[in-house]
Amino acid sequence: MCESCGCGDPHLVSVDVHDRVLSENDRQAGHNREHFAAAGVLAINLMGSPGSGKTAVLEATARRVAGRQKLGAIAGDLATDHDATRLQQAGVPSRSITTGNACHLDAAMVHHALHHMPWSDLDVLFIENVGNLVCPAVYDLGEHANVVALSVTEGEDKPLKYPVMFKKADLVLVTKVDLLPHLPGISVDRIWDALQRVMPEPRMLRFSSTTGEGLDEWAEWLAARRASLQHHEHR
Amino acid sequence: VHEYSIVQSLLNRVQDSLRGYDVRSVRRLRLRLGELSGVDAGLLRTAYDMCAPGSICDGAVLEIGRLACPACGGGVRLLEGDEIVLETIDLEVENV
Repeated sequence: MCESCGCGDPHLVSVDVHDRVLSENDRQAGHNREHFAAAGVLAINLMGSPGSGKTAVLEATARRVAGRQKLGAIAGDLATDHDATRLQQAGVPSRSITTGNACHLDAAMVHHALHHMPWSDLDVLFIENVGNLVCPAVYDLGEHANVVALSVTEGEDKPLKYPVMFKKADLVLVTKVDLLPHLPGISVDRIWDALQRVMPEPRMLRFSSTTGEGLDEWAEWLAARRASLQHHEHR
Repeated sequence: VHEYSIVQSLLNRVQDSLRGYDVRSVRRLRLRLGELSGVDAGLLRTAYDMCAPGSICDGAVLEIGRLACPACGGGVRLLEGDEIVLETIDLEVENV
């Protein structure tokens, strides 16, 4: 019986689905999250534009917490395994995901990578997403927190132009602040103002992988997130 | 342009949802996109038009965003959220 138009044609059927199109990704992300929770591993989805300094943030983090915390990383890129190689050299066991043409990682790719690297004894697993301010925001990977690296050279209005990404962020690292003396037109205050307009709970750190500014606060933030892992309910 | 990935997931969702139906053809899909879904309706339509031929949705109309209101038959506005939801599938089934 046709339910939608009442025409009485017995061959027409309307099926109610009312389910998320990405429910399969969400299911896989939930599975990843259970794995992370069971192993006590804090999973961070690190996103940002190409060249915003995501890999440099992780290299600096590795130097900062060396010998005290076990870090690991999954690095996604369309091509090359350069990031994973850089991270390996920085002492962070890493696995690269080469996405081909996909502009984002999804939960199944992360799950697959987990099967090819030792991760369950880590303290923190970083998932360095594909450099992009649009697509990665749409896919839940099973992370506990989303962190966005936004470099001072990208422009102050990026949070307003890409609100979906910044709305999902639990923390924004404003990177390359050591360049500010050379950028008289850029104000971190205006970046903060833009973030406050889009982030539900605005949180920003001034960060420089070169000078180490912000590294202590970043390490404290990570430690606090890890400590609250067992009490943390994602979303 | 993750819209192609979204369309692949959509076609898989349709396939799963119609398991058990003797499908002759899928006529219409109704999809709801939240304002913050991060998906562009125009790009999604382009991706759908490319991927649907030859799939279970070959020839099916994709309706985005506007839902028929059950009470009045009018359109319903997009919700402000991040949802990408497959609401209903209209299809023609084989003779029983």
